[in-house]
Order: sequence, then C-alpha cells, then structure tokens
Amino acid sequence: MTRIIRESWAVCRGRLGVLAGTILFVISCGQANAQGVLVMYCGADESWCRAVTTTYEKETGVKINMVRMSAGETYARIRAEKDNPHGDIWWGGTGDPHLQAADDGLTEPYESPQMPQLRDWAQRQAAIAKHRTVGIYLSALGFGYNKEELARRKLAAPACWADLIRPEFKGEVQMADPNASGTAWTALATIVQLMGEDKAFSYFVALNRNINEYPKTGAAPALSVGQGETLVGIAFQHDIINVARSGKPAQVVSPCEGTGYEIGSMSLIKDAPHMAEAKKFYEWALTPAAQKLAAASGNFQLPSNPETPVPPESPDLSKIKLIEYDFNTYGSKATRNRILARWADEVKNAPR
Amino acid sequence: MRMFSRPSLIWLALGWVAVLLLPWYGMDGIPRGVAVLPAFGHAIWGGRPWLGPLLLPMALASWAMIGQPRPRALVAAGFAGIAWTVAQGFAILHHGWAFDWLAGLMGGSGPTQPALGWGALIFVFACLMMVAYGFARLGFCRGDVFVIGAILLVVGLIALFVLYPALCILFSAVRDNDGGFAPHLFLTKLLNRSIWGVDCLFGAQACGTAWNTVAVASVVGLLTTLLGLGFALLALRTRVRLKPLIGLLSVLPIITPPFVIGLALILLFGRSGVVTVWGADLLHLPRSRWIYGMSGIVVAQVLAFTPIAFLVMIGVLQGVSPSLEEAAQTLRASRWRTFLTVTWPLIRPGLANAFLIAFIESMADFANPLMIGGNFSVLSTDIFFAVVGTTHDQGRAAVLAIILLTFTLTAFQAQRAWVGQRSYATMGGKGSAGQPAQLPVGLRLLCYGAIVPYLLLTVAVYGTILIGGFVDSVGRDNTPTLRHFLTAFSIDHGVGGWFLSGSAWNSLLTTFEIALISMPFTAVIGIVIAWLLDRQHFFGRRTFEFLAMMSFAIPGTVIGVSYILAFNVPPVALTGTGVIIAIAFAFRNMPVGIRAGLANLSQIDRSLDEASLTLGASSLRTLVLVILPMLRPAVTTALVYSFVRAVTAVSAVIFLVTGEYQLATVYIIGRADVGDYGVAIVYSAALIVFMLLVLLVIQLGIGIRRPGARAVPHTEAAPPLTMV
Repeated sequence: MTRIIRESWAVCRGRLGVLAGTILFVISCGQANAQGVLVMYCGADESWCRAVTTTYEKETGVKINMVRMSAGETYARIRAEKDNPHGDIWWGGTGDPHLQAADDGLTEPYESPQMPQLRDWAQRQAAIAKHRTVGIYLSALGFGYNKEELARRKLAAPACWADLIRPEFKGEVQMADPNASGTAWTALATIVQLMGEDKAFSYFVALNRNINEYPKTGAAPALSVGQGETLVGIAFQHDIINVARSGKPAQVVSPCEGTGYEIGSMSLIKDAPHMAEAKKFYEWALTPAAQKLAAASGNFQLPSNPETPVPPESPDLSKIKLIEYDFNTYGSKATRNRILARWADEVKNAPR
Repeated sequence: MRMFSRPSLIWLALGWVAVLLLPWYGMDGIPRGVAVLPAFGHAIWGGRPWLGPLLLPMALASWAMIGQPRPRALVAAGFAGIAWTVAQGFAILHHGWAFDWLAGLMGGSGPTQPALGWGALIFVFACLMMVAYGFARLGFCRGDVFVIGAILLVVGLIALFVLYPALCILFSAVRDNDGGFAPHLFLTKLLNRSIWGVDCLFGAQACGTAWNTVAVASVVGLLTTLLGLGFALLALRTRVRLKPLIGLLSVLPIITPPFVIGLALILLFGRSGVVTVWGADLLHLPRSRWIYGMSGIVVAQVLAFTPIAFLVMIGVLQGVSPSLEEAAQTLRASRWRTFLTVTWPLIRPGLANAFLIAFIESMADFANPLMIGGNFSVLSTDIFFAVVGTTHDQGRAAVLAIILLTFTLTAFQAQRAWVGQRSYATMGGKGSAGQPAQLPVGLRLLCYGAIVPYLLLTVAVYGTILIGGFVDSVGRDNTPTLRHFLTAFSIDHGVGGWFLSGSAWNSLLTTFEIALISMPFTAVIGIVIAWLLDRQHFFGRRTFEFLAMMSFAIPGTVIGVSYILAFNVPPVALTGTGVIIAIAFAFRNMPVGIRAGLANLSQIDRSLDEASLTLGASSLRTLVLVILPMLRPAVTTALVYSFVRAVTAVSAVIFLVTGEYQLATVYIIGRADVGDYGVAIVYSAALIVFMLLVLLVIQLGIGIRRPGARAVPHTEAAPPLTMV
C-alpha cells in the first residue's frame, strides 16, 4: 500500500504540487485575521448593510460575515436553522417577519438600557414582541412616478391610491409580489385597513389591470421608476427618495387617503453562536453614531434614536397621513396566509 | 482458511474506536446541551440506551475475524451495524418518535437525539469495509476487496446524497406544512389551476406554470437545434474558415455564469436599454417591456445553449459519410435533393439528440427566468418562491419539483433510449475518398441569415458584460468609471490591519474555496464510478448506472430543495455548513467525470489491465499505476468542468448559502434583483476572468498529453455542459 502511494506520488508530485499550492493559497486568503466574528443576516439595503459592517469592523476589529436577504428569506432561514443556529443577529428588514419569529420563539428576549430613549413606535414594537425585537427605523409606504415620462405623456400627477386605477395608467404601474416581498405585503395590509377587505380586493383587481409586472423585491418598483422602466411604482417612500437623490427623475407621493408604514427591526437570534458579540453589536446599533450611517449610505428611513440627526431628505412625518397600522392582526400568520391566498386567487389570476 | 489480513483488522479496530471513543453526535461542533460522549458512553451514562445494541455487531465482527475466519458472520455483523444506525437515526428524531405508530407502541412523545456525527460516520464506514472483506472472502468479484469496497462506498454515497433527498421530496409532497401526513393534499396541490391552467389560450390571463415551462423548452429546443445545425453546416460544408470561432464557442457556454446573458439582455433591450434608447431616438420605436417574459427567456436561453447544439451537430455531421452524398450527386440528384434525401435522414437522430439536450437544459434553467422572466412563471422559479416567498409552502415546492423532475427524466430517458444506444455513424474504418456535397444556395443563405444575427447578438452580449461594469450606467450614462469595480473589490485599512472591504470578496473567496475543495472529490468519485461501470461486472450494474447518470437530469432547484428537506433535520443535518455546498457541487458535477472517464476508458485496451493483474498487482494498484496515468485527459476534463460548473452553479445552491458561506452567483443575482447592475456586471466579468485563469493553471498543472500513439478521432459529441 505504501509503495503504491510512494510511486504514484513520484509520478504526479510536480503537477499536484501546483494544484495543491493554488488550493491552499486561495483558502488562506479566505481566512479572516480579526479579533472576533459575528454572523449577521441583514434585511436592509445592501449599501447600508455594508456601511454598517465596514464601520463596525473599522471601529472594533470584529469581522462581520453578512448575508443580505429579504426579511421573508431570513425568517425562513432562521426557522430552518433553529436546531443549530448559524446566525447571531438579524438586523433590519421589515418588522412583520421579526414579530413572527418572536412569536415562534426563535429570537432572544433582551432589553437594552437605551430602550427608554427610543421613539415610542420603536418601544411599541419591542413591547408587542415581548422584547424579542426592537424597532430601528420607520419607513412610510407611498408611491413614486417618473417626472419626465409623465410630462412627456401629458398626464396629471397621481396623488391618491384611487388615482392609480385610472385607465390612463394601464400597463404603467409596478408593485412587488406580496408573496415574495414584505413591502408589497405592507401595501396589501394598508389598503385592506384603509378600505375594508372586500373593497380592497376590488381595488386590487382594478389595479391589476394597470400593473405591468410584480417584481420579487420591494425596492424594484422604485428603481424601475428611476430608470424609466415603469411610470408609477409602489414602494416605501425612502426608496423613491433615494432613487431621486441619485439624479433620476423620480417624484415621491404620500397618498392622500393615508398610508401605512413598516418598522424595521433588529432581533438577537436564540442560541446564537456568538451571543456576547451580538449583544455588543445590538447596543452599538441603537446609538446615534450607528444610526447616522443610514443617511450617509442613502437610506432615508426615520431612525429610532431621537438623538440621531434626521436628514432633510427624510419624509416629514408631520406631512404624511399615517394610518393606525395593526401589527398584531396583520403580523399574524393566519391572517397573512388567508389574505395572500385570496390575493393569489382573485387578483393574480384575474384578466389583465 | 487463511486468517484475515492486517488491513482488515485495522478496520475492525477503527470500528471499535468509533463506538467506544469518538463522539457519536456532532458534525459541525457539538450541538447545544449534548454531552461529548461516544456511543458507548451515551448508552451507559447519557440516557440513550438505544445506542447500546451498536456494540453487538462489533462483538460479532471481532469473533468473526479473530481466530477462525467466519466471513458470513462478518457480513452479517457489518450489515447489522449499518442497519441499526440507520434505523435508530430515522426512528428517533430531535423532537421525539418519527412515526406515530412507534409513539403509540412505546407511549409518550419519545426520547430525542441530535444529528449523527463523526463517530457515527466512521462507524458506518468501518462496517461497510467489514462487509467488503466478508464478501471478498466469500469469493465475490474474484475476492477483490478494493472493488467490493469501492462499489459499496459509491452505492452508499449515491444512496445518501442522491436517492435519500429525492425520497424526501416525494414524502414532503404528501405532508402538510407542519409535518403531518396528508396524502389528500397531494392531489389538490398537484391539480392546481396555477400549474395546469390553459387560460392563456382563451383570454388574457396566464397559463399554468407546467405548460409555460414545456412551451419555452420546446421553442428553445427547436431554435437552438436549427441554429446549431446551420452553424455546423457552415463550418463543415462551406469554405468559410470558422476554426477559431469553433474553439471559442465551445468554451463560452462553460465559463459564462447562466444569468449573465439575461442581465446583458436587460441592459441592451430593457425599457431603458442601450438598443431600446437608440431605437426610440433614431427610429421612434416605442419603448416597451417586450424583453421581459417569454420572449426574453427564449432569447437568453437560445444564446446560451446554441453552442452546445452546435457541438453536437458538428459531431453528427462528421459522422455522415461523404461518399453517400457523392454517390447521389453522380446519379444526377440536385444539391437540394441530395440534402433532403441523403443528408437529412442521417442527421435526424442527431437533431433529436440536440433538441432533447436543449429541452432539458431549458427546463432546468433557473437564473435566466429569474432575471428576465417578469411575470412569466416557470417551474424552476416557482419552486424557489414557494420556499423563500412569504408563504413558505414546502409542500407546494415539493409538488412542483416532482412535476419538473418527471418532465426532465422523461426527456432524459427518451434521449438515452431513442438516440443514445444506436449508432448513426456511417463512417467506416476504410478511408473515404468522397467530397461532401456543396450546400444548396438557398440553404446556405438561410444559414448565413440565421447565424449572422446570432453572432452579432453574442458579441453585443459579451461586450456588454466585459465593459458594462466600467461605465456609470449602461445606456443612460456612458461615462467611464471605476466606481462599481471599487464597490465590489476595494481593500481597506482599519483597526485589525488590512481587510477586504469590497462587497464581493467574501462570496468570491468562499466560492473558489468550496469549488476547489469539491473539485478533487468530484473527479475521484467520477473516475472511480466510470472505472466500476466500464471494467467491473456486478449485480445491479444497470440500475447503478442509471442512478449515477440520473443525477445529471435532476434540475438544480430540485436538488437545492431536496437538500434542505433532507439535510435540515436529524439524522443527517448538514445545512448551514460549507460541507453541504461542497457535496451539492460534487454530486451535481459527478456525471461529467463519469462521462469523461467512460469515454476515455473505452479507448484504453483491457489487455493492459489484464497484464497488470496477471503479474499479481491488486486492483487498486492497477487503477492507480496503470490506468490513471492514461486517463489524464479524463481527469483534466473532470477537474475543469467540475470546477467551472461549481463556480457557475446557481439553482442548486441558492438555498444553501449562509452568512459565512455566501456564493458569488447568488450574490450577483441579489445585486441585479435590486437594480444594482453596475456591481453585478463588473462581478460577472471578474468571475469569468478568474475562471479562465484557474482553467489555465489546471491545464498547465495537469496537462492533456495524449498517451503514446493512440491518436483518437473525436466523433463523439461532447457532453452537455452548462446545467444550471
């Protein structure tokens, strides 16, 4: 046996050496040389996630392995990993999956000493989830339109939800698929709470005729509006403001009837492998210094720490009519599945 | 009878060590709240008495090996060990009894246990080898332990990593989302209108996903076959010098990540794409979203799969003897008549082959429909969204996976049965003095008319990919910029020293690391299986061959879903580790190694093996010292293709990525999804360049030196390459 190994080694050693060397080199490149490690599931915009992880790594030397996934995907991941969690902290992403995870007992209760300083909507979010989650930003829902396209077609600017079902917008509206995106689910729940369930579904059937695509991510309609791929896109207002800021002709609208909102949340994952590091990050994320990174990376949600300087581009809450969004009902799995099933049946399959 | 040799006793000792010393649980670190004990320890002190019976097979094996050899007892001991491990692993899960009848029998919800770990793995391996020694002593396979061991090991691996996940999918389809047994739900989900509806024929609604998928696959199959034929005809039957182009075209589909073409098409033909804007400005064509949907998917897949059809058709055309055509022409048939009555019937089976290959590839394609499909739903993307969408309906994902699998397996079986076995080569061993007939003028113009736009489009697409990342915003703002490149690949300095701050580094290094690790395993397993299939005869060889090649026809999304269903929970829990990604790569790409190995082995004469064996060398020695050096082309092929397919894999691994193990392709798709096309394109270009570099290193490192004077004419079609 040993002779075989020796002889075959003699035959191939030159070539194998090159191969092995390459493999080892690449593997060694991949190793981190840092003080500590944290695994983060990030639900917010990628540039914001990266700003946060880079800044944290710069300030503390702790390496953050970050995966950017939508909130729904993260919830699915955490549920799948519950017997052997690999993630430490779930940062950002719309609040409903955080509440669901809290309900399922997948996240760790923790009350930060900074809690009393936070805005009341952030504290309310934590209270609903029995302190398994906390609010870190608020985003108001709305829609946006492409100013140049609108001018070219000589149409009146839409100002209300009711305007979106007008015939002149046929094939010109985009909304994310509520089965894939939390943003679109918020939109669904908002309209249901505004109009009542049955009237809301007639609205959606009418809207479906004007929809050109249901993309899978929540921010896609905002980006499409900026690029001119669609005339109107339903998305969170900060997404549309962000697109407008980069020079694209997008205009954000706060619907006149009133609009819903989401509370971006942060949760510690139960039995996290690096719980101490996760808690340190948790505390850091609630400080104004950390929350300031949002504006710097082009994200204009409202931060939950009132000490954080609010950028002027952020939507002014006093000018927006927010509805009383019932997170308890519309965060529960039963209501969600029922309404989503009804939407798939009545709206998605309806004729365009 | 002779005593058992020393190596066999080492395996026995290993088995004892596994049961008495190695921790039974814990593959990726010990799970929470579980004592670090071996099986023996768990049985006595850990409160897990069901692990106690594991000592019995070991005792039996010891009795069978030491002293008077008793092979039958040894085989029984080995099988008993494996059987008990499997049985207790599946009966007692992390939440109690797995089966309700067990709970009824024993009362209560039952004991719990975590997933099997290293101790279990080594124990099963040792038992397997003891069975091999027992069978060898009984005279099977001419008493060759290595052969039996290899067979058992390979069968075990395939059963665990191909069959078991497939069965998990089947079972998952008949469960509801909380795990309860619900067979009636299966029919409801199966016969759902969203899958089989034909509303698009009667109105403006969408058709069912199944019909959509079949429609796209058929159209793509047809178009690629015809284009491939046209290209092959031009290359072989006209004076056009296309040699370098052929070489390039055979490499392109291998190294291009599948979604890159869809991405480039969006940048070119999307509503604000380069071409659309030019068309609107110069020709006042309305800017529409025509590229999103079935049209976009068809264009992207045709661009991606035509090179494969082309390679198949070249092989087919080379097999048509020119003397037949010359005979027809001497009998005064016109060129058209020659083509229609002589050439066409001979290449028809090849056409069917190319069609089926493209059909399967199209059905399995996940990345292009995801990028450019808009609201046109196909099975592969529907499976994905059933799992990660807001409904988390694993039962529906399983049902869709079964439908997709049925389609692809049918096509695969049709391809093998109808075309694969028969030979349509009319080239004999005798030299042929015939000149192939010139193409009829009309046909030649038709070919040019089809190929030239295709080439222009390919050039445009690859041009966009390579330089699109270095302009600010393709089409809209063409100022050159390094912004996207720096976003992806920057390096920064901080508290801990230099660190890679670019967003792409993590995924790039992880992808390469895992691909490089899985590469040798894929090649070894592929070559060993090829050797077993070609050189050995054993019971169940045909079934084994079918199972091994079947993994080629399983679409990536199905593999991904089946892996998370199978390996999420005990007894084998691997999700969240890098290991599962490496395994997914290895078993997806194994058929490439098998085919390359089989092709090469068929050209190596058996007399060489026989000479070695007659001189007293063992099978292992023959394989390593005699056959392997001559298999160098197959080894290189296996390594190269498995690496490239691992790096460009999307659908199989999109479910398996985690925070620590992010993959390049998944990351790029994530960026493109939110419209960050700059980074997506620059990363894709970088990936292609990196892959070319690694390919070069492998070629230089291993080399394709053909052995001796055995120049082999390649009339066989190259294996399909770009399974997503």
